[in-house]
Amino acid sequence: MNAVWDILSNAITYESAARGAVLLLFAASGEWVAERAGTLNISVEGMLLSGAFAAAVAIDATGSVAVALIAGAIAGLVLSAVQANLSHRLPADQFVVGLTINILVLGLVGFLDNELEPAVSSVEVVEIPILSDIPLVGGALFGQIWPFYLIYPLIPFVWWLVYRTRWGLEVRSVGEDPNSADVSGIQVNKRRREAIYLAGITSGIGGAYLLTSVNSFVDSIIGGRGFIAIAAVIFGGWTLKGSVAGCLLFGAVVSFRLSLPAAGVESVNTELLQALPYLVTIAGMALFAHKVRPPAALTRPFLRGLK
Amino acid sequence: MTDVVAQPTENSPDEVSAAARGRHLVVSEVITLYALSIFCALALAGILVTVTGGSAADVFNALLDGSVRNPGRWGLTLGAAAPLLLVALGTIVSARAGLVNIGQEGQLLIGAAFATYVGTRLGGPGPVVVMGLCIAGIVGGAIWAGFAGALRYWRGVPEVLTTLLLATVAGSAVGYGLKNEWLLLAPAGDRANRNQVSEQLADDNRLPRITWFGNEFPTTVFLAIALAAATAFVLARTVPGFRLRMLGQNPRTAQRAGVGATRYGMASMLISGGFAGLAGAAMLAGGDFGNYQLVPGFSTNIGWTGLLVALVARERAVSAIVVAFVFAGLRTGSGFLAATGVERKITDVVQALLVLALLIPPAVLYIRERRRAVNASKERV
Repeated sequence: MNAVWDILSNAITYESAARGAVLLLFAASGEWVAERAGTLNISVEGMLLSGAFAAAVAIDATGSVAVALIAGAIAGLVLSAVQANLSHRLPADQFVVGLTINILVLGLVGFLDNELEPAVSSVEVVEIPILSDIPLVGGALFGQIWPFYLIYPLIPFVWWLVYRTRWGLEVRSVGEDPNSADVSGIQVNKRRREAIYLAGITSGIGGAYLLTSVNSFVDSIIGGRGFIAIAAVIFGGWTLKGSVAGCLLFGAVVSFRLSLPAAGVESVNTELLQALPYLVTIAGMALFAHKVRPPAALTRPFLRGLK
Repeated sequence: MTDVVAQPTENSPDEVSAAARGRHLVVSEVITLYALSIFCALALAGILVTVTGGSAADVFNALLDGSVRNPGRWGLTLGAAAPLLLVALGTIVSARAGLVNIGQEGQLLIGAAFATYVGTRLGGPGPVVVMGLCIAGIVGGAIWAGFAGALRYWRGVPEVLTTLLLATVAGSAVGYGLKNEWLLLAPAGDRANRNQVSEQLADDNRLPRITWFGNEFPTTVFLAIALAAATAFVLARTVPGFRLRMLGQNPRTAQRAGVGATRYGMASMLISGGFAGLAGAAMLAGGDFGNYQLVPGFSTNIGWTGLLVALVARERAVSAIVVAFVFAGLRTGSGFLAATGVERKITDVVQALLVLALLIPPAVLYIRERRRAVNASKERV
């Protein structure tokens, strides 16, 4: 119990948990919208990776973090265009497309990384006065590099977009009942594509954020965390609140591996720690997935005249 | 009624098509579409190579040399094709049942680990041990896929995610096994520094290798081809195969016809994982992958690539044989790329581009067919 207390009372724990969670939040916020529109978009992993790599190249070329974030967003958007048009303009299977995109990005990034070898410089931490002095969590929430803070407006923005705009209503309706939506004049596949574009942009920015926070690119930089973001959305029962909670929980577990040694705990099995985020994610879904209701048309392609 | 057929409007040429001419159109359309998309995929890869300062022609020649042309190379390609085909067959079985099992990489690794455990401990005559380790591989892969299947059917967790997440866990699990002597790690003996490797399989406990025309390859090739034929037969011509396909194409019909989704879905998941596990065992005992011993990262993307093979083969077991050979060729050919100065990961890119490109023609054809059907129904009114 002493060790647990050491971990919980250590500010570093919260800092690394926040870093782990915010990457998931970037990915999950867009992914959540895509899933509400009916796509279980597994290419989010590839979008994160491409965002990180594009950011590395952009930083190498210009040295500007803002440009890196934009480059990441563009890379994510390009991939989402492939995913969206193959699975919602042509009726190709969304999982097949997503999986192939993931493998393509992994190969492409590995290839280009060796050809270009982008060098990345570090980004300075911006501490928000007063707020960052809050004990324990102040540094975690308000003492990070500036791209971190983008998540604060992003989450409310996504909420507003989905629950308070006409576009959001249409997105939700095409995820629940595409046939009815179609009859009422909503362009089902168009809305689904747009939702995927949003997922691509937020994931691309997320990847770029991750790169600016770790300062070096390796092709295992994402390491399956895109899938954990998807799991967080499922864990959260396809609500934004739940997804955010899932991201915070899984993000904390992801960063456990880093925060345990920092808190002075060393006698833990490394393999177990590596596998822990995935195991917790699986366990979390096993406990909660059957209690929540997915969007009724999730993973179902829409073609007019087909049930 | 005949008026419509006799006077086709300009903007709907489809209405003209008589049945015979339509058939001819469809065939040429199929060929053109496929040729065009494959060409685009290869052209994209070529552009990528050229932009990064390589020569596409050199790369092509190196790939061909490394996969079939140079002495002894097509045997290697066959050896790599066997596990790819096995993984692809497993994917086909689960895909036909409407399941998305995409964690073969992990199932294969666990299968290889089980096979290593049995193969290095089981005593007795060689063939018995080889049989034993193959069965262990099947069991290992099936267990790993079974977790995902059980979660899907009893806890409502999408198998897409669990198979992927479990693939990552498999790496850690095998890493743990390779650190502990009671599991997989080779006994220290008198060596000072210890690598994380398992014991080697004894000479008797390996799959025999065959030499034809100076090319050496393991017998798993025949096993894989025989299993491909068997899978194709079972899926197309037997009652269980029919039920699996029914489940995949229309779960509601399947339910009404008395095909239990849990029972058949779970079975297809186990078979799917079993194939991947068998691929792992075959890689271990066949000898083209490492030195008859388990090492970290043993699966070397065979699981992912096998998955792509199944996708390119459009879930047909017999076409998977050809595709597996082509993809294996890209893999063995990539060993010759160093001389051209082009990073060998270009072959991964080529593979994925090919898969993406081959997704397009069937989708386009499907839409066109529907459009034709709609037009035809208009004619009849």
